[in-house]
Amino acid sequence: MELVVRDLAVARGGVRVLEGLSFSLSAGRALVLRGPNGIGKTTLLRTLAGLQRAEAGEMSLPPEAMAYAGHADGIKPTLSVAENLEFWAAVHGTVLTGAVLGAMDLAALADRPAQSLSAGQKRRLGLARLLVSGRPLWVLDEPTISLDAASVGLFVAAVRAHLAGGGAALMATHIDLGLAEAAVLDLAPFRATGGGFDGIADGGFGGGFDGGPAGAFG
Amino acid sequence: MSIWEYANPVKFMRLSGALLPWVAIPAAAALAVGLVWGFFLTPDDFRQGSTVKIIFVHVPAALMAVNAWFMMLVTSLIWLIRRHHVSALAARAAAPVGAVMTLIALITGAVWGQPMWGTWWAWDPRLTSFLILFLFYLGYIALWEAVPDPETAADLTSVLCLVGSVFAVLSRYAVNFWNQGLHQGASLSVAPGERMDMTYKLPLYLCMVGFALLFVALVLLRTRTEIRARRIKALLARERMA
Amino acid sequence: MRALLIRDLRLAMRAGGGFGLALSFFLLVAVLVPLGVGPEARVLALIAPGILWIGALLACLLSLDRIFALDFEDGSLDLLVTAPMPLEGVVSIKALAHWLVTGLPLTLLAPVLGVLLHLPGPGYGWLVVSLLVGTPALSVIGTFGAALTVGLRRGGLLMSLLVLPLYVPTLIFGAEVVKRGALGFDTTTPLLLLAGITLGAAALLPFASAAAVRINLR
Repeated sequence: MELVVRDLAVARGGVRVLEGLSFSLSAGRALVLRGPNGIGKTTLLRTLAGLQRAEAGEMSLPPEAMAYAGHADGIKPTLSVAENLEFWAAVHGTVLTGAVLGAMDLAALADRPAQSLSAGQKRRLGLARLLVSGRPLWVLDEPTISLDAASVGLFVAAVRAHLAGGGAALMATHIDLGLAEAAVLDLAPFRATGGGFDGIADGGFGGGFDGGPAGAFG
Repeated sequence: MSIWEYANPVKFMRLSGALLPWVAIPAAAALAVGLVWGFFLTPDDFRQGSTVKIIFVHVPAALMAVNAWFMMLVTSLIWLIRRHHVSALAARAAAPVGAVMTLIALITGAVWGQPMWGTWWAWDPRLTSFLILFLFYLGYIALWEAVPDPETAADLTSVLCLVGSVFAVLSRYAVNFWNQGLHQGASLSVAPGERMDMTYKLPLYLCMVGFALLFVALVLLRTRTEIRARRIKALLARERMA
Repeated sequence: MRALLIRDLRLAMRAGGGFGLALSFFLLVAVLVPLGVGPEARVLALIAPGILWIGALLACLLSLDRIFALDFEDGSLDLLVTAPMPLEGVVSIKALAHWLVTGLPLTLLAPVLGVLLHLPGPGYGWLVVSLLVGTPALSVIGTFGAALTVGLRRGGLLMSLLVLPLYVPTLIFGAEVVKRGALGFDTTTPLLLLAGITLGAAALLPFASAAAVRINLR
């Protein structure tokens, strides 16, 4: 399993934010995306996960290989911790094991309704979903938000186990996870340069109207 | 050169700009001649009196009300399949025009119905269908207005237009089933006894041509406006990014 | 798929609002109409089929925005889209769950409300049959409306504007079945047409609903 991304361009709200992006990620490795707010980390991750269309370029793995975890955890407050995870396990055709609950330190909380969890506990529940998905490539958007130091430790251990098992992880995060297997990809060089705004504005208006906007719109 | 060339906004603007007077002036001429001829130079009907003359507005408006939706269906399909922005914007531009045509058909229908049927509104299948068509127009326009991202709005309204077309046809049959109605048959049909005289037919045809040209002119104009509005938006977005 | 149905039903039960609200609303309509129209049994008997169908339709409409809105807010919808099941199946299951918690209970309550409105004797059977055949179409069409407006602010009002015109054929044939049944006439034609709409909508609309969800998540 290897993810190869070539010449990818992604857009947010019809505006191209990243272009010419190429990288590869092989099994057992992790890649951390870096870049200032608004550069398009979330957009890139959502595009890879198949939630939105790429403007251009290709990637070697289908979205079905990826387990996506965004800002929201998709937790149902009225279901218990175990019920939440059992649902996602059933969706992905796996079963919920005690090891999964243990890995994210949720065993003691299994029967608690999710609405009674703290923000950090909810986040751990959200990350435990990755373990039951059984998918090889984790695509994570700010996975450590609202986690305390101990929980970050659990998360890093889970990622490490996933990598050791032949998986891979792609994540956007601002903190240093101390993950030796992780390479860093700075997105700044791939920032889109202003072309391809919106089909109507640019697709046909490349040269402007009859010699420039002022000519036609003045 | 293929017809899709005109899906390019620049080409479309150039062509539509040149075309607009050639559509608008004949539209005005056909309407002026057709309506004056129809209203003042035709004899009164022996049964319906001068009331019948509202036909010169009612029938062409009803015709364009349906044709406008049909045009939106075609342009929506073109957008979904070939993703030409001009096509989506033309659908958006046609909707309010179609809605107004529907409203004109409804109001003239009520004005016509008052002396004929003795009531301003009758739940006649045709009138009811047009009222339902008007509701479809309202929903379609509201969805365009509600979605902030233009591409998303174009996609969603196209899907709605497709589904809405099927349900509009279903509603038409359902309404027919629901009430058999007082409305006279299709005005131009050649049913025995209902045959329409040539003295009415000619100005009516002229009015229909006038309304059709008026519709084309309005849609061209509105599409041009939409394209310009989008262009301004894109320029502003670019300025913010720079 | 089955896991999703069970989850949606469980959520509807635990949140409480599911059954209760729609049924109470239906009851309210049946109480308010005689208060507005007057107590005369002859008049009420005449309008009962239409009022009961409109009441059921509006009660159905009331709960449509819950089909996707909660899943959209907590991120579950993103995860369902990336899950290994066809989105057309997901929206069909959601429509089925909606029908089970609104359409079906409404159908069962309707005869009781028929008594309040002096529905003529032969009409009761046809009322239940027509609602049983017709309310699935209301859920499927409503799911399409919910899919179009998921993620929009003030989406509820807009959704009513979009969905109600689409309900016209279902309402006409459904009420016609009861009207004819109450008068002892033959109901075959409208009942077959109603069944046709339900089957056609259930077979084709999920594709449109799934497309709308995908577009809205982009």
